[in-house]
Amino acid sequence: MSDARAILPERGPGDRLTALFWRRPGVLLALLITPPLLWLGVVYLGSLAALLLQSFYSIDEFSGMIVEEFTLKTYGELFRPSNFDIILRTLLMSAAVTLGAAVMAFPIAYYAARYARGRWKAVFYLGIMLPLWSSYLVKVYAWKLILAREGIITWAADAIGAGVVIDAVLSLPGVGGNSLSTSFIGTWSVFIYVWLPYMILPMQAALERVPVSMLEASADLGASRAQTFRTVVLPLAMPGVIAGSIFTFSLTMGDYIIPQIIGTSANFIGMAVYQLQGTAGNLPLAAAFAVVPILIMLAYLAMAKRMGAFDAL
Amino acid sequence: MPSDRRAPLSLTLAAIGGLLFLHLPILLIFLYAFTTEERTYQFPPPGLTLKWFGVAWAREDIWPPLLLSLKVAAMSTALALVLGTLVAAAMARTRFFGREQISLLIILPIALPGVITGMSLRSAFSIMDIPFSTLTIILGHATFCIVIVYNNAVARFRRLSGAVVEASADLGANGFQTFRYILLPNLGSALLAGGMLAFALSFDEVIVTTFTAGQQSTLPIWMLNELVRPRQRPVTNVVAIVVFVATFLPILIAYTLTRGGSETAGGGK
Repeated sequence: MSDARAILPERGPGDRLTALFWRRPGVLLALLITPPLLWLGVVYLGSLAALLLQSFYSIDEFSGMIVEEFTLKTYGELFRPSNFDIILRTLLMSAAVTLGAAVMAFPIAYYAARYARGRWKAVFYLGIMLPLWSSYLVKVYAWKLILAREGIITWAADAIGAGVVIDAVLSLPGVGGNSLSTSFIGTWSVFIYVWLPYMILPMQAALERVPVSMLEASADLGASRAQTFRTVVLPLAMPGVIAGSIFTFSLTMGDYIIPQIIGTSANFIGMAVYQLQGTAGNLPLAAAFAVVPILIMLAYLAMAKRMGAFDAL
Repeated sequence: MPSDRRAPLSLTLAAIGGLLFLHLPILLIFLYAFTTEERTYQFPPPGLTLKWFGVAWAREDIWPPLLLSLKVAAMSTALALVLGTLVAAAMARTRFFGREQISLLIILPIALPGVITGMSLRSAFSIMDIPFSTLTIILGHATFCIVIVYNNAVARFRRLSGAVVEASADLGANGFQTFRYILLPNLGSALLAGGMLAFALSFDEVIVTTFTAGQQSTLPIWMLNELVRPRQRPVTNVVAIVVFVATFLPILIAYTLTRGGSETAGGGK
């Protein structure tokens, strides 16, 4: 045992590299991180830079060619009434969807966080995860079937004699339309449906962190259930709500499939970007439109961070 | 407070109603694949038939998109597995300058709306004169699949005790042997789960694809075209079922793979 060596002999390049990594961990780190960083840095950040670059170009109104000179003209076009309306409409829809999703998500998140145990916990988990991950297009398509004029909602409403209610809702100015599948209400419902799991999960995470002892203390101090809910549970759930709203807001702002398939012909930012880069061939304006959600999300994220929503993600 | 262990009835009903709301619409897709009514979305269906499955099978415009989708999903998943695991290994245990920025960079492709990722890639390709092809679709998909693999891998790396790696080194294994015999078996199910989810995400992706595809179309793009300009509506439902199953199965597998994750070697440390 006296000549037992603390260091084993090197048997090949693998051992030599291991020794190098041991002495200089930075080398290993660099080897590990370089390929993914190159990919994300070149492909993704490079593309974002290209988008920004394009947005400062403009289009020659006579030839339709892209003028590769820096100008703020394209951004100025965003403030034309027709374009500015698109931005306002998108923001309004995103806010309405976020609000609706928060209201719908709360009971599910609250039940899953506080009352579901054992097998029910798993049922709730899968019940939220499966719709979250299952095909986006299939979900949108399902709603096309549901909201169609001859679809299930109209059928159900007629069967219970509530067809009048649907007609009344559809005749509302501003949100109504020919049928549910060509109205703002339709677009709004489908957005809520598709993003709902994104709201439930962070809410549930926040609610799970509310200590039961705090609710008991509230009850001991004489608060009714409603009072405990309003003054203890709701404030503590807020970071989760804000974290969820990051997803619902951002996803609604960028989506162009849902308003294209379900809703009126009114334009949204995503649709404008798609049409401008495609048929219209106006890449600079499309890029400028795409920068709007980035700026809004950066501001939103900064606000959310200040309110502690990142801990609930 | 025994009364508080049971949920109020109204809450239970609202929660169960919410879950039903999340699931019932998808079931409708299945029903409509059997309807005898071809032109409208009439409910209830006037009759049921199996013929649309045969019709869909015989439609030659469906196969190329299906094959392309499988190819793109497989390639982007493979790329994302390599890149995501590497970055997870780097981020799991070490602290270094710029770490926060890198974690932001990884989540950015899915944190920002898809239209931005799509439009950015399109701008870059047009500036660099890269023609739109299968390759450009894969470039886009792999970029947002990295974060999925990363999330799964980094969670497992964190649960893995550092002691097993040290024990392996003490027993004379070099870094590559430790990776092959210790790290890889322990990471395996997490990587498989991440790969499954990345595959499902890529197979279903439509927004980024519309911006990065040229003439060829993936299955979701085919579906989108049918939604805008329908030809045989029940056939679209059959394809929707195929897409649904192709995303649903990987997710179920991923769920079962990561469920027992707490029993990972050294996890108790």
